[in-house]
Amino acid sequence: MGKFDPAPVRAQFPIFSAPLRPGVALHYLDNAATSQMPAVVMDAVRAHDATRRANVKRGVHTLAERATDAFEAARAKLARFLNAADPDEIVFTSGATGALNLAANSFGALLKAGDEVVLSVLEHHSNLVPWQMLRDRSGVVLRFLPATAEGHVDVGALGRTVTQRTKLIAVTHVSNVTGAITDVAAITRAAREVGARVLLDGSQRVSHGPVDVQTLGCDLYALSSHKMFGPNGVGALWGKAELLAQMPPFLGGGEMIRTVTLDRTTYAKPPHRFEAGTPPIAQAVGLGAAIDWMNTLDHGAVATHLGALTQRILKGLADLGGGNGRVRVVGPPGLHGRVPVVSFAVDGAHPHDICQMLDAHGVALRGGHHCAQPFMESCGLGGTTRASLAPYNDDGDVDALLNGLEDALAKLS
Amino acid sequence: MDSLYDKDLLRQAAKATGAGKLAAPQATLMLDNPLCGDRITVELSFDGEGPERRVREIGHTVKGCVLCQASASIIGQNAKGATAASLKTQQEHLSHMLKKQGPLPATAWPALTAFEPVADHKSRHNCVLLPFEAVIEAALS
Repeated sequence: MGKFDPAPVRAQFPIFSAPLRPGVALHYLDNAATSQMPAVVMDAVRAHDATRRANVKRGVHTLAERATDAFEAARAKLARFLNAADPDEIVFTSGATGALNLAANSFGALLKAGDEVVLSVLEHHSNLVPWQMLRDRSGVVLRFLPATAEGHVDVGALGRTVTQRTKLIAVTHVSNVTGAITDVAAITRAAREVGARVLLDGSQRVSHGPVDVQTLGCDLYALSSHKMFGPNGVGALWGKAELLAQMPPFLGGGEMIRTVTLDRTTYAKPPHRFEAGTPPIAQAVGLGAAIDWMNTLDHGAVATHLGALTQRILKGLADLGGGNGRVRVVGPPGLHGRVPVVSFAVDGAHPHDICQMLDAHGVALRGGHHCAQPFMESCGLGGTTRASLAPYNDDGDVDALLNGLEDALAKLS
Repeated sequence: MDSLYDKDLLRQAAKATGAGKLAAPQATLMLDNPLCGDRITVELSFDGEGPERRVREIGHTVKGCVLCQASASIIGQNAKGATAASLKTQQEHLSHMLKKQGPLPATAWPALTAFEPVADHKSRHNCVLLPFEAVIEAALS
């Protein structure tokens, strides 16, 4: 594993080729919301639309076959990225939210009143609201794992939360607020003991390298392209083939049918059963290109690099204001069990004010409840400020963050 | 494209061997190709019982493209005496040739070579495979 140099990576991202504003460089630290796209991904999307733009699956003309080939090649790339057993286990969706709504509606249709779904208080609203909607229409019972003081899903509570009625444990793989990595082994072990399935929201995990769904032992895995250097508008739900085969379709329309009469419809096999209508074709091709690009990285070296930057941020936050304790990190205090996402709260300073002031320094942060209001409530906070890193980030970005924070906190004292 | 519709394949479609209905079918199976709307109905009668029963008579009705018609016709020529398992084996030979562009083994029905040009046209693979899927499902029903 060599030392990682972010400069040549950064050079591949057009967004960094120009200042944010005259005289102000961009320090993009909002990667947990959306990562930037390298030129090769932009080129792949453009090349697809320039040379292969056509609808997929039904056409027999040359462009349609090329488009279908490219779309299915992207499915195969994502399958390899996740170590899925078969590309047909990959369902393309509009994003992670689309994937989680698909799961809640389709897997949810297999559940009956009184069945239990276990979530955690750390969930992004995308992995909470669809299940609440299911509960409201079907009588499914939702139970919640708490968070630990360090912002992990509290797997110690599994014993009193998972019951014989539990049919699914659906939790985040990595918290979008705290960056904490969930102990998936404990989750799957608890699920197997009662015959329940496991869904992981991988939105914040997939930007940090390949995932092995078979080793994780989960049944469903949701992800989003735009957080892994790919285009907006596409994501995926991976599911074990035998489970997808049991799940009814969610959306109806073209492409997902076997036979349609005025009276009834029979459905295609997965994944097409779940891909009603024209899918996000060029976006999926772009996601495939993003995976190709990610595969060029030495993820071990990247993790070491981003770990060092994370450590600098954590220390810098502790030292702010002369180490007066005004800044509180919401998440793991060190590097263990986390990805390079750091949330923090500042006494007497609203996250939006901090973010606005940091924007003047060219630093892009995210402030607010991060679509995780129940977790914020459990922390007694209205929101946090979040810095999230990607391989193109460097010491200059961390310097800008810490210097900007020093400046902002002085103004907001 | 001309090679896709060569005389051999067109001849197979025109033969329409096995086209029609059986007087007393023991199994009937209708299957659609969702991509293009091709529809085939297969009727079978059998000698014997259980998994080893063999096709005695086959009748098929195809509302589909020339490729689908040719495929059904070739099945009509070769299915008599076949078990569900042996039909499945032929489907696997054909699928391998189409999807992997591999050669047909010596045990494959010789007429399947008519579909070699289809391998380059992925969107048409299912047109050829639909009758096989239908006859296998019927044999297993």
